[in-house]
Amino acid sequence: MELSPELAAKIDEAITHYPVSKRSAVLPVLHLIQEGMGYLSDEAVEWTAAKLGLQPINVLELVTFYPMFRRERTGRHHIRVCRTLSCAMMGGYQLMNSLCKAARIERHAHGGNGHGETLAKSGDGKYSIEFVECLASCGTAPVCMVDDDLHEKVSPDSASNILDKYT
Amino acid sequence: MPTPFKKTPHPKEKRIVFQNIDREGWSVDIECSLRNGGYEELKKAVTMKRVDIVNEVKASGLRGRGGAGFPCGVKWGFIKPDEPKPVYLICNADESEPGTFKDRYILHQDPHQLLEGMVISAFALGVHIAYIYIRGEFPVAAKILETAIEECRAKNFIGGNILGTGFDLEIYVHRGAGAYICGEETGLIESLEGKRAYPRIKPPYFPAVLGLYQCPTIVNNVETLCNIKHIVRMGGAEYAKLGRPNNTGTRVLCVSGDVLEPGYFELEVGAVTMGELIYDLCGGMKPGRNLKAVIPGGSSAKVLRAGEKYKIKAKQPDGSMADKEIGIEEIVMDFDSLAAVGSMAGSGGVIVMDDSRDMLWTLNNINEFYAHESCGQCTPCREGSLWMKKITERMLLGGGVERDPAVLKNVADNIAGRTICAFGEACAWPTQSFVAKFKEEFAARATKPLPPPLPPEYTPEELEGEVHAGLTGMNQ
Repeated sequence: MELSPELAAKIDEAITHYPVSKRSAVLPVLHLIQEGMGYLSDEAVEWTAAKLGLQPINVLELVTFYPMFRRERTGRHHIRVCRTLSCAMMGGYQLMNSLCKAARIERHAHGGNGHGETLAKSGDGKYSIEFVECLASCGTAPVCMVDDDLHEKVSPDSASNILDKYT
Repeated sequence: MPTPFKKTPHPKEKRIVFQNIDREGWSVDIECSLRNGGYEELKKAVTMKRVDIVNEVKASGLRGRGGAGFPCGVKWGFIKPDEPKPVYLICNADESEPGTFKDRYILHQDPHQLLEGMVISAFALGVHIAYIYIRGEFPVAAKILETAIEECRAKNFIGGNILGTGFDLEIYVHRGAGAYICGEETGLIESLEGKRAYPRIKPPYFPAVLGLYQCPTIVNNVETLCNIKHIVRMGGAEYAKLGRPNNTGTRVLCVSGDVLEPGYFELEVGAVTMGELIYDLCGGMKPGRNLKAVIPGGSSAKVLRAGEKYKIKAKQPDGSMADKEIGIEEIVMDFDSLAAVGSMAGSGGVIVMDDSRDMLWTLNNINEFYAHESCGQCTPCREGSLWMKKITERMLLGGGVERDPAVLKNVADNIAGRTICAFGEACAWPTQSFVAKFKEEFAARATKPLPPPLPPEYTPEELEGEVHAGLTGMNQ
């Protein structure tokens, strides 16, 4: 697997944070590879295992356990809509519908929920979307994240305004 | 002179941990912190004896702010002063209990308060490597913390020979990846060791005895560690005067749901009742709506129903204890009072529901959360949390059968107390309390004599629109 020198340097630096056990660096290394390459391929899993002196299964079982790790690419912008109680009460599900509409994504009620289904994406590959559990901003519900940014008190009507910022 | 708050705190509030949150012109850099008294307590702490700091924390009566309310000083007391193994400190910044959003503000706006609390704690406990386990969904806060750590290193608050004392400490930020169970301290430790976050069985794996890398480890919540700075400043005895006996200090309550002004409120523990919190601090219910239910301490806490009466022991003017009957509005918002009415103060996340809410829909939403977040290690929780969700979902879609409320209770009763970690209780308590307290609502939706032939996920595609409308609550 070819890593850019910057990514390789970041990975080596992250491993130094765990002087007692290199195994502790699996999560940070996976985060860095996913940020750099978009998703975690079989090759990335094997590379991480070899880098940290583990068996590939030790890495793969984490990729399948932690919801933020992906085995497929997201859209250019990835949208996470909070599904949990306070947001749902304030219109989180309606927000999901209007974001899907604005982003031209067809999403099934039970799809793309982190249970192994394929991620819902727009046809042009610009956006992908999923429901996530509580984003810890219940006082400003409903909320969603687009990439790393949190958007608070999002009315379903303002969904397309939000997406305008991400081209 | 600190700048004014963007929104004036309520007169009943006492801002200590949140004294720098949402202030005009406040910034996350260390210079802003230093101009406002940042790291003064660290300078004081390094002149103190380590055991004296631990004793101040014990005297403060500070109880953990993460959810369990375990006395922090007692936890710290498990660490032997002459411990031969390395001791680790972990800040639990995996805030993910539904209804809770206090740590988000501290991490994004006042990272130096947390770091100062951590350096003081590490000094007191003889820790040389500390980790901040921050949930993966806080990528911006993780970067803020990393920058703040570098700023501290430049000022010699972190690194080698801190402030010339010979004390060394490294703090690293470790990002989680979306799993709620990492907020459970032994699950967090497993995750930090690079494994699935399967909680460990206690005993023997009490973190303070056998924690990270099988070494003594203290895991404290963000808000708890911030309080350490203020305990050093005020002294334990003075801090203990805040709040109520056995419920000392301040607490950040996070209110969400059907109130006019949701948000955070830092209050002396027990300074307000539930009624004052909802009607006074949060501006009351929406026009024309009445209070129906409150989840008082994160979604795991048992629900309280408006109109319920609770028998509690109250102290009389002459000091004797007598039975007293109170309503939901009179419940004092502290650890012991909420436990006395059969719920818990938990993580401080208060979710308020008005009479427009369908309790079956609410419970189904909560059940979906726990079904998704069960780590899968213990069979009763892995299977039971999903069963409960499937039953409430089927009821919601009109397929409720007469025995469903009893089956829900039975499943929940067989999870609680039968799992390695407290997630078992956390996922059972909502179902137990909702079904018991809103019997008529559940019975009204459980009228069919026989279950439908197939579970809802096999519903034909053409029905999916209908299914979706049911789940979103748009039919309310």
